Amino acid sequence: MRNNSFNKMLLDDPRIEQRDACGVGFIAHLKGNRSFQVVCDGLQMLRRMDHRGGRCADGLTSDGAGIVVQIPHELMKKSASRQGRSLPAAGEYALSMHFLPTDKKEREFWQNQLQQCAREYGLEVLFLRDVPCDASVLGQAAKLTQPHIQQAVYVRHNSNQNRHNFDWNLFAMRKNLENLARERYGVKQRDFYIASLSRENICYKALTSSDTLSAFYTDLQNPLFISAYAMVHLRFSTNTLPSWPLAQPFRVLCHNGEINTLRGNINAMHARSFLFKNDKLQQEIDRLGPICTPAMSDSAMLDNAVEFLLHSGRPLTQVMSMVIPEPWEKHSEMSQELKDYFEYQSYLMEPWDGPALIAFCGGQQIGAILDRNGLRPARYWITTDGHVIMASEAGVVERSAEQIIEKGRLSAGRFFLVDMAEGRVVPDDEIKSRLAAGKPYGDWLKSERVIADDLFNAESLDETDDTQEYTSASSSMPKLLRAFGYTQECLRLLLAPMANEGKEPDGSMGTDTPLAVLSTKNQLLYNYFKQLFAQVTNPPIDAMREELVTSLSTHLGGEQNILSEGVEHCSVVRLNQPILRNSQLRRLFGSEIKQLSVVRLSTTFDIQIENLRQAIDKLCKNAVECVQAGKNLLVLSDKDVSNSRAAIPALLATSAVHHALIRAGERTRCSLVVESGEPREVHHFALLIGYGAAAVNPYLALDVIATRDKNYSFKADLSAKKLEENYCKAICSGLLKIMSKMGISTLHSYRGSQIFEALGLGSELIDNYFTWTPSRIGGIGLAELESDMRTRHTSAFESLERATSTLPEHAGQYHWRAGGERHLHSPEMISALQNATRINSFEEFKKFCAVLDEDNAAHLHLRSLLGFSPQRPPVELSRVEPAQSIVRRFATGAMSFGSLSKEAHETIAVAMNRIGARSNSGEGGEDPQRSLPDSNGDSRRSAIRQVASARFGVTSSYLVHADELQIKMAQGAKPGEGGQLPGHKVDANIAKVRHSSVGITLISPPPHHDIYSIEDLAQLIFDLRNANRSARISVKLVSESGIGTIAAGVAKAKADVILISGHEGGTGASPLTSIKHAGLPWELGLAETHRTLVENNLRERVILQTDGQLRTPRDLAIATLLGAEEWGIATGALITLGCVMMRKCHLNTCPVGIATQDPELRKKFAGTPEALINYVFMLAEGLREIMAQLGYKTVDDMVGQAQNLQKKEVSNERLAKIDLDFLLKQPDGHFSVAARGKSTQIREIESGIDMTTLLPALHDALSTGRRVSLSLPISNLDRSVGTLVSSEISKHHSTKQIPDELLKVTFRGIAGQSFMAFAVAGISALLEGEANDYLCKGLSGAKVSVRPPRQSLLVAERSVICGNTALYGATSGELYARGRAGERFAVRNSGAQAVVEGVGDHGCEYMTGGSVVVLGAIGRNFAAGMSGGIAYVYDPQEINRNRINTELVQIDSTLSQSEEKFLHDQLRKHAELTDSSVAHRLLENWHAEKHHFLAVCPPAYRAMLNRHTEINEQTESSFRQPILPKGSETHRGLHG
Amino acid sequence: MGEVRGFLTYQRADPQKQPVNERIGHSGEFISRLSDDKLREQGARCMDCGVPFCSRGCPLGNNIPDWNHLASEKNERLALEALLATNNFPEFTGRICPAPCEAACVLGINEDPVSIEAIEMSLADKGFEMGWIQPQKPQIRSGFRVAIVGSGPAGLAAAQQLNRQGHSVVVFEKSERAGGLLTFGIPDFKLEKDKVARRISLLEQEEISFRCGVNVGQDISLNELRQQFDAVLLACGAEKARDLNIAGRDANGVMLAMKFLADANRRVSSATAGSTENLPATGKDVIVIGGGDTGSDCIGTARRQGARKIVQFEIMPQPANLSRFPRRDQRPSSTPWPHWPLMLRTSSSHEEGCERVFALESVRFETDKDGRLSALVTREISVSTDELGQTQWKPVAGSEKTWPCQLALIAIGFSGAQSDGLISEGMLKLTERGTVQATEVNFLTNIEGVFAAGDVRRGQSLVVWAIAEGRKAAKSIDSYLQGKKQLTKLCADSTQGAARG
Repeated sequence: MRNNSFNKMLLDDPRIEQRDACGVGFIAHLKGNRSFQVVCDGLQMLRRMDHRGGRCADGLTSDGAGIVVQIPHELMKKSASRQGRSLPAAGEYALSMHFLPTDKKEREFWQNQLQQCAREYGLEVLFLRDVPCDASVLGQAAKLTQPHIQQAVYVRHNSNQNRHNFDWNLFAMRKNLENLARERYGVKQRDFYIASLSRENICYKALTSSDTLSAFYTDLQNPLFISAYAMVHLRFSTNTLPSWPLAQPFRVLCHNGEINTLRGNINAMHARSFLFKNDKLQQEIDRLGPICTPAMSDSAMLDNAVEFLLHSGRPLTQVMSMVIPEPWEKHSEMSQELKDYFEYQSYLMEPWDGPALIAFCGGQQIGAILDRNGLRPARYWITTDGHVIMASEAGVVERSAEQIIEKGRLSAGRFFLVDMAEGRVVPDDEIKSRLAAGKPYGDWLKSERVIADDLFNAESLDETDDTQEYTSASSSMPKLLRAFGYTQECLRLLLAPMANEGKEPDGSMGTDTPLAVLSTKNQLLYNYFKQLFAQVTNPPIDAMREELVTSLSTHLGGEQNILSEGVEHCSVVRLNQPILRNSQLRRLFGSEIKQLSVVRLSTTFDIQIENLRQAIDKLCKNAVECVQAGKNLLVLSDKDVSNSRAAIPALLATSAVHHALIRAGERTRCSLVVESGEPREVHHFALLIGYGAAAVNPYLALDVIATRDKNYSFKADLSAKKLEENYCKAICSGLLKIMSKMGISTLHSYRGSQIFEALGLGSELIDNYFTWTPSRIGGIGLAELESDMRTRHTSAFESLERATSTLPEHAGQYHWRAGGERHLHSPEMISALQNATRINSFEEFKKFCAVLDEDNAAHLHLRSLLGFSPQRPPVELSRVEPAQSIVRRFATGAMSFGSLSKEAHETIAVAMNRIGARSNSGEGGEDPQRSLPDSNGDSRRSAIRQVASARFGVTSSYLVHADELQIKMAQGAKPGEGGQLPGHKVDANIAKVRHSSVGITLISPPPHHDIYSIEDLAQLIFDLRNANRSARISVKLVSESGIGTIAAGVAKAKADVILISGHEGGTGASPLTSIKHAGLPWELGLAETHRTLVENNLRERVILQTDGQLRTPRDLAIATLLGAEEWGIATGALITLGCVMMRKCHLNTCPVGIATQDPELRKKFAGTPEALINYVFMLAEGLREIMAQLGYKTVDDMVGQAQNLQKKEVSNERLAKIDLDFLLKQPDGHFSVAARGKSTQIREIESGIDMTTLLPALHDALSTGRRVSLSLPISNLDRSVGTLVSSEISKHHSTKQIPDELLKVTFRGIAGQSFMAFAVAGISALLEGEANDYLCKGLSGAKVSVRPPRQSLLVAERSVICGNTALYGATSGELYARGRAGERFAVRNSGAQAVVEGVGDHGCEYMTGGSVVVLGAIGRNFAAGMSGGIAYVYDPQEINRNRINTELVQIDSTLSQSEEKFLHDQLRKHAELTDSSVAHRLLENWHAEKHHFLAVCPPAYRAMLNRHTEINEQTESSFRQPILPKGSETHRGLHG
Repeated sequence: MGEVRGFLTYQRADPQKQPVNERIGHSGEFISRLSDDKLREQGARCMDCGVPFCSRGCPLGNNIPDWNHLASEKNERLALEALLATNNFPEFTGRICPAPCEAACVLGINEDPVSIEAIEMSLADKGFEMGWIQPQKPQIRSGFRVAIVGSGPAGLAAAQQLNRQGHSVVVFEKSERAGGLLTFGIPDFKLEKDKVARRISLLEQEEISFRCGVNVGQDISLNELRQQFDAVLLACGAEKARDLNIAGRDANGVMLAMKFLADANRRVSSATAGSTENLPATGKDVIVIGGGDTGSDCIGTARRQGARKIVQFEIMPQPANLSRFPRRDQRPSSTPWPHWPLMLRTSSSHEEGCERVFALESVRFETDKDGRLSALVTREISVSTDELGQTQWKPVAGSEKTWPCQLALIAIGFSGAQSDGLISEGMLKLTERGTVQATEVNFLTNIEGVFAAGDVRRGQSLVVWAIAEGRKAAKSIDSYLQGKKQLTKLCADSTQGAARG
């Protein structure tokens, strides 16, 4: 059945580099009434979400726009009659929309195939129709790839077929045609594609812009084209070349977001397809081919899976809830029946995890579902004329206020479903309870499923037994430790803190040891893998503060046929987490659990007789046979390692068995448990699970911890049990962190998802055992792994007998040690650099370079393997551009004031400003004083200002006083992670610039809460453009596989600069695991990015910058040749200022006063701007010498000229196996090559309301000295309104006192995203209508109110008034919103005051200051990570209280007098500005109602408030006086 | 790092020294180890640097942060174990090492560095007190035999390392007692000889054989050694003293420093130690020529012998007179941190009273009518740098001065290996500097199976360097022997195969 060619096809599956994000929406008539208007509204929806889509370099070709509508029967009838055919009744025929090759012969071939195939499936092609298209509206890129677009009408050949069979045959035939196409054109084929084939609907999609789709498909203009619904999608992809098939919608759904766990889902889907059983259709099922079409996008594959499951007979809602389940495990309000339902479904299929708004349609239903984190926006309206409008934004279809009877939004994990047969919107809880009641899921679970914890607790675990085991193990322990490669460092630095404290240890200043493949030390296989992480196209998540959506549970046992739905699926053992203690594993073995049929397979082999390859082959063969014989739990064990038996590296054994089972079609019948002495670090567990293990028992790590050996710094005063528990806890939270870095919430989805890139492993090894893992530079194979393994074994079992100490070696992987691993930052290197720059000696500098660059020196980096091969005659040094101009290309890395001392931070800025280069503020604001020049002319201002996830101090003024604004998407040392500045480090200075309070802990979230997707980034870029018209906008990315496509997306999102950071970068504090194992070298990222941009004709638009341990002119030259025109230095700069790589930044004890806030230690700072300037100039001079040698007179000429590089001859065999072609190959493609960036992005701000109306009004007000009032219409196309005019005030009038309400504007309509973002004092805005996402983002003093229009029929407090992430990072100002807000209201607010009538999940997350009053229901996880500020929640029903996350906050139900007064004032203002009926009611009954408020506040913040009450009262009295007399407004109105 | 802020909490402490007038009344040591509390505090001053420059400063590459940490946690036993893992004889280096580690200490950039040497000495001494240091006999014997020529620190370190690898080691020493410079060169007041004897005895208990009074090259030839042993390590020092060939050199009262010190050590160790008769320096005006460590030892020894007046001459100009631990910005630019700073150093012997004169060249010795030394004539030297950057040495005209003296000790260094004994056999290739030629990679001389380490290879240097070389050479010899084993096995296999075939 599933033969070898099928497997081969999967093997050939190219890496998935398609990522998309977009605008999604649908409109439907509740009762299913068809009209042309619905189609028109759908098209309008597309047009009004244009800013959410992406465009190619030609400006016309989009990434795809599409619409799904019901089959236009009337139109088709006409078309049929024109061909002399008569069409059966609607629903009795199917219509396909297919893309064919333009080659005539090929087209004829397919037309024949269609006929032939149809017959095979009992169908008949009634007629074909060439779809009328107007190609003149296409852009150049779309034209080049335009397929021949055709429709076909199918009828049942055999009228005995019922409708269900008809549908199934259509599906099976389509899959069969797709298989044929792959056979003909290869796996990656996009030549033949069926966009839709259905009895119900049809999909029109094309690479046109949103407004030309109907111009291209003229059908869409025909009034006969009627439909009850239209589902539309506008794509913003990061994929490289435009692709017609990848435009959306697909057959069932369209998707905004990204599936993070895709690889795991595909593998699992493939593996479980071997279990498909259906008595009647078995033969056709076997012919289906891969369920997930290879080489398509994540959304397409999800569509494939959903479509297939639909054919299993499940209702659409059930299928959607299987692939995108609501997080149920930690849900306190969910019914047990529903939990049982979800638990049951989890044994059928793992979640397809990632940010997702999915719109779907089928039958009489159309709807949408949101991912478990609620990471995408989705708003809906229900109108008086019976239409439902759902889209990524509100206001995308024109409707007047009085036409709307309901406004709402989707929340995390919830359905929005229109059932046109029933003629109503079916509420989520009704859908879910219907699903939960569908089958006796609870009973099934009770009867079959075993919960491991019950098992473990049933008999108390025998502790003494454990102790005996340790004692008996102790004599062999030194040997085992060596055999499995333990080092003193890993024991002391990693295991001990985990066992003692229960958490992973932190480190500082990045990593500077060679990549595993370059190291001369014996490396474990784990070290060749790098963790991937989310950036730009999807967000990492915060597993700590948003724990309720996460799950580490896993289960043991085999899967069953997914086509069935019965009790058999419950035959599993459920584990709460994947780390098994020794006794627990024994318990699983020991007890007779009928669900499990266990076999233990040894992963060791006799080193005298066998080699590694034979051992693996044997193991895999054994494993497959065991599963075929009915075993469903394979324990891969190396417990029998001995003098004569060595262990296969556990990761290799696991992955090899995993893939062998996938290939054999046996994978889902069993679970893998790894019992190994080898795994001990979090990274190891992540890899084992990522390559298929369900659970791991790290017996040696647990044994060595149980010894409590002081030698390794284990705390002897804790019991062995406690230490073990701590250790397991640390591993588990570390796993969560690694998963959440990629945006994955459940271990179930992470399992087997292979979210790693290999570095330095050869393709044979990868293809055989780590199939589909990206490995771009090749490298070692099984022979080298075996040799390393044997060396470890020998050193353990032979040499140890003669060793003078039984301790394992020290290793020096983290801290430099004499004789240990090599480090870039050796004592020699640091002292040489410091000496050369102190005395400004080029001679000494060359000595320093020699330490790093010399041929015989250590191969520390990939670039160490590169040599120059000049392609031109050399030029004279004097003709090379002078150093003074080269130094302008330097930037220093983003290091915040807070991580650095004031002295260090300002010294860097002074140095860079003196030479015209740029320093970077880092994340953490900047003292405005630094924008003023010093008396000696020096400037302490940072030219680059960073916008990071916490938005500390990101005000309008901060933004406008910068030359460059840098959006930090990730950071080399800990990509995908947030950070935390503990309260004790937040002194008065830091608190001031970060707009926070002294002593209050500051948390940086892992994601930017306004960037969950590429179109979000485009929006933030647009915001920043408005906030500073002259600054360059830069986006900082970290190198990883696929970064080229991400960068292409970023270029399309209109950034000016893209910074590619290497993984090794320094940091104040980061978990050691992240420092070592996340991210990749910049060489790979830069080369890929440059090439991708050139190939897509986007290179010219952006400037490329790179950083990551650049130290010498040679490094700069290589970076330039690989595509960078600018360079960043950070750690190198710090070294010249005296940094000695203590790696203690996270402890605040820097002994040279650089990375500390301690006043005593800061006095020790001895750095000078001169030393740094000397360094930059010497780098430039050194670069000039190389330029002369290579024959380049300017840096510009040299950018991207990789032909000047070649791999050096190396004698070392391992190094010889590394293939650097990936770095050196030239871009290909049909676009002309523009090799370097000039930043030619279109800025799109000239035509906005701010420029046309608000700015003139402001100038008017300022020149006349009178207040101005305006009244303006607004639509969702008007984005970032108020930002630009605010920047003008911040820039030119920051010193003046701007009077309140200088500019008072009333807007009517639906505001676009980022309404009043970064708006400043003096601006007062009233929005009568509704706002989209990011309302008042970064609010910097303005007063904003939002209310429904007076004519609205809605009950305001039950309707949605604004989207997600309002007030994100606001620092001051006021917001009054009459209605409910979306998710994450006031996230990271640090000073704004707000009143709102209800919020979604995660309200007030990470808040550090200001106040929020909520007059209605709050969502779950309110106040998570809230370290400051205060929230008042109205809770008369006492429902809200339980939704507050009390980890950091305290809830008080009695308010102090001053609080009461404050609250009353806020309500009064709210009532005045918005006419809120809730506020009126509360004020009327104030004495009764005030007791229903809860004050939510962190204790530390409350204590601080109490301390400062007096001071506050004093400052209040001196509150600034307006300079304009009241009543002097002029009124200007537009459109009334 | 027991205490994250230890370096901000505690001041540097050094071992207690006896007051000068007390300590010059005897010839024994005058410092005592840190108290347990002080030891913990001093360990806690270590910052556990990410890049421990101390470790690089130390020729042995001692894992200083590791044992500092353990000391700060009052885990002295494990600390000692960590120390012994890289240093065979901390009881020596803890006393007599100039401590380049401390010069490189990161804390030393702007504070007094961690008192690494004092911690080392304290751990070692406590280890002996508590009986933690016990002979470690190898579990198995390799069957290989190694001869080591010379029982100084290099030879002893190599002997211990090789023995622990299971090889049988015989140490040949030309003097009557083992220890080399440790025994005969360094005065008791810096290192008491019973500590050396204690170590030798431990080594004997570890089954290392010592053959004292055997001068290889005279009593037994190198070739004979090669025949009797599987490998030979030369660790016989660089004892050929540099002499001062000026007029009056043969005057009675002009002595080489090493002879003076060796005689003094022998006297201290012998039974007649109490007698003050016949001591060369008693009641005399003593001039020590040479400003190095040997010169210092001469001063202390002469002081204890009751010299009337002691003057020390140094041909180089006086280096900068800095505080004891100059901060980074005070250090001379020629030797920036973390290098060993060029500066005026005051040894404990200097503290005990002596005049120091710099930039002075000896011109001639003068004698009385009996041929006994009566004075030394000197002249000043001016040092300048010419336009090519070359240092120019010029006598200053008319600066001659006569220094009355009855004893002059020449301590101006060494010029390579002793030329009698095995060097005179002429088989070994020497360097221009008179040392035995052997690489720093494998310590192999030009003769197969013969290795060289310590001063005999690198020239006159520190004890810590000698131990480091001894260890490295031992490692190289071990691999050499492992290779031999493989070869023998291979031969055996093939002959077996042949016999069968």
